[in-house]
Amino acid sequence: MSASTHTAALKHHFEDLEQQHSSERLGMWMFLATEVLFFGGLFGAYTCYRLWYPAEFEYASSFMNLKYAAINTCLLITSSLTMTLAIRSARLGDRQGIYQNLLLTFALGAAFLVIKGFEYAHDFHENILPGTSSFGGEIKKGAESLGLDTGKVRLFLCFYYTMTGIHGIHILVGLGCILWLVLENYRGKLPPANYSTVEVVSLYWHLVDVIWLFLMPLLYLAGAHIHHAH
Amino acid sequence: MSTTMIYSGPAFAPTPPEPPSAEPNYLNHDYSIWSWLTTVDHKRIGILYLVSITLFFVVGGIAAGLVRLNLIAPNGAIMTEDAYNRAFTAHGVLMLFFFLIPAVPGVLGNFFVPLMIGAKDLAFPKLNLASWYVFMIGAIFGVWAILAGGIDTGWTLYPPYSSRSAQSNVVPGVLGVFISGFSSIMTGLNIMVTVHKMRAPGMTWGRLPLFIWSLYATSLIQLLGTPVVAITVFLLGIERVFGIGIFDPTIGGDPLLFQHLFWFYSHPAVYIMILPGMGIISEVLTCFSRKNIFGYQAVAWSSMGIAVVGFLLWAHHMFVAGISFYSALLFSFLSMLVAVPSAIKVFNWTATLYRGSISFQTPMIFALGFVVLFTIGGLTGLFLATLGTDIHLHDTYFVVAHFHFVMVGGMVLAYFAGLHYWWPKMTGRMYSDWWSRLAACIIIVGFFLTFIPQFVIGYHGMPRRYPNYPPEFQIYNIMSTAGASILGLGYLLPAFYLTLSLFFGKKAPANPWAATGLEWQTASPPPVHNFERTPVVVCGPYEYAIGADQMGRALPEAYDMVDELASGKRYNETVTNKETAVVG
Repeated sequence: MSASTHTAALKHHFEDLEQQHSSERLGMWMFLATEVLFFGGLFGAYTCYRLWYPAEFEYASSFMNLKYAAINTCLLITSSLTMTLAIRSARLGDRQGIYQNLLLTFALGAAFLVIKGFEYAHDFHENILPGTSSFGGEIKKGAESLGLDTGKVRLFLCFYYTMTGIHGIHILVGLGCILWLVLENYRGKLPPANYSTVEVVSLYWHLVDVIWLFLMPLLYLAGAHIHHAH
Repeated sequence: MSTTMIYSGPAFAPTPPEPPSAEPNYLNHDYSIWSWLTTVDHKRIGILYLVSITLFFVVGGIAAGLVRLNLIAPNGAIMTEDAYNRAFTAHGVLMLFFFLIPAVPGVLGNFFVPLMIGAKDLAFPKLNLASWYVFMIGAIFGVWAILAGGIDTGWTLYPPYSSRSAQSNVVPGVLGVFISGFSSIMTGLNIMVTVHKMRAPGMTWGRLPLFIWSLYATSLIQLLGTPVVAITVFLLGIERVFGIGIFDPTIGGDPLLFQHLFWFYSHPAVYIMILPGMGIISEVLTCFSRKNIFGYQAVAWSSMGIAVVGFLLWAHHMFVAGISFYSALLFSFLSMLVAVPSAIKVFNWTATLYRGSISFQTPMIFALGFVVLFTIGGLTGLFLATLGTDIHLHDTYFVVAHFHFVMVGGMVLAYFAGLHYWWPKMTGRMYSDWWSRLAACIIIVGFFLTFIPQFVIGYHGMPRRYPNYPPEFQIYNIMSTAGASILGLGYLLPAFYLTLSLFFGKKAPANPWAATGLEWQTASPPPVHNFERTPVVVCGPYEYAIGADQMGRALPEAYDMVDELASGKRYNETVTNKETAVVG
């Protein structure tokens, strides 16, 4: 790479580090705007149907597993804290601290996905699925006995799987970015002058966290959870 | 030189000497294919985009040719109805997603944004390269869908037909649109951050060339609109693959919701296509009328106005799809509102031409063609924004003609104007003056002949996308097809003379049009890092009246392709007639 006049962290096409860092930050914020609109389409569609079919949506929501969701919410919120602590470590030049906080964040995010996996397995087992033939079990029987439209119950399940699925993919991408940061730290590329790299990844991680904070009540808390006992 | 001797106003720095062109430039510093495929140089990535979108333009053009050829007989001349559906869908998908949207931001935006604001590169060079690869992956899916038998849904992919009934390659087509959308987001994000953070010293927002303003507005739409269509077609894909879905009417889903989400992007997307074109026109019209732009602020802010208002009027595509009267009324009003910033631009361009020393160079012929055709396209848009007339004209050839006036007569002509304007800078070669002017004229004439008859048959009720029509429409369809052949010939000409110019063209000077922008202040073709040293900007972007470039130096004499009147005597007259203040 071309020799830079300031420090090793400066890329050749920037005048100084401040310009470079503020560009990276602005770029990430703009990307987050894109993400908000990406999920916005889903949230908008969800809102329409929830308003049209409140009974079916509340009913289907009561079959969502609140226990898993509660644990997952705690995990993600804690991971946002450790991610922010990683920024602090980077600013202080505490390489050991960067490792600790990043790996902790990674572990919390990975635990989220593992629990989500268990939850999906549970849903599959109980036939809480949107397909024409796979939909069945208690959720179907209950809907029929209450005189609800099973099609609209399945519509809720479509949202449940699409929204949590896309969110899960985002967590996966975030985990990849965190691993990349760990690697950068190992290579010694995260000196205090370059802490904004950690900050930029953390912005993304927080957004994914915030999206979950919206998904959780919309999907899990819409219904009263009284139709059956888990 | 002569301009500095004639001009007797405030003293500028003298015209800079021609920068040496023998040094390695971005084209010749490395010839290997690998160096092209791994380049992070914004100029080379611009060229990569140029090559790829030209390819898709040709394929999309062939599909258009098949459609027109089939329509010369009332019951289809060459194709079955099913093949016809696939041909017009291929034309729509390729031209919109793989030509019009990436054309100006991908080619001219990538190449010229850093040069025009005095930066070494875009803010994120690797992201820029990634955007090209993502675009190509999306394009491979799109081309696969077409080669494997095509898509028969029309480019709008409306469910439930596309999700339940269509017996064609909807899924790869949808994947192509989904993936290439991310490339569009990456380009938009890159350009936006670059304009915010990478401007040379003195390049204030008020001194930004209008091309940059228009690309900034475009990028805003790309950033905020594209993710919505991405999630929409993603949901469509899921619905088709797994048979479970959110738009599926059999389980209570609403196909109209798809239309809302689809047009929330796809209507602003037409501004992604046209806004950069408008930016090019502002550059070209000022340069070849040797005048400052009239109403810089108005033209700049109208770009932003179009971007913002453009987000609020998507449902005018659904006036007959069953939306409520109240929302139709609101969307009708907002659709008319967007005509205001567009008209502001046209009026300012016209005022710029007034008493200018106009020379009819090829880019200028394209630009003047744009102003006329875009105005017709824009005004006929108002017919469609009006609720009463839209019920009659909706889904007829009137819409097709309106859309093509804006997109082909507007955007494609603007793209050609930009390509011809900046070609000497991009390649370091001049192209044939005579052939290029001829091509511009042929394209404009062919265009009129193709699309004016479509207004007539559309008004008389011929629906779009139908392969059959009553015999009394045949004469108009034959005229239109004849026009399309002329248009096709016009498009072929640049392919020849521009390619020939690479090998036989005269060497281009750094500033062949005596233009004011920073991109002309470096050698043609530019060196790898764009500028010898970071330029310092002291002037507004179009100080043609006082004959100063953005670095406050006198303009050189134009390349002798420009006729004598424009660069010599009349030039001086315009100078004395203007009372423009010197900036800086």
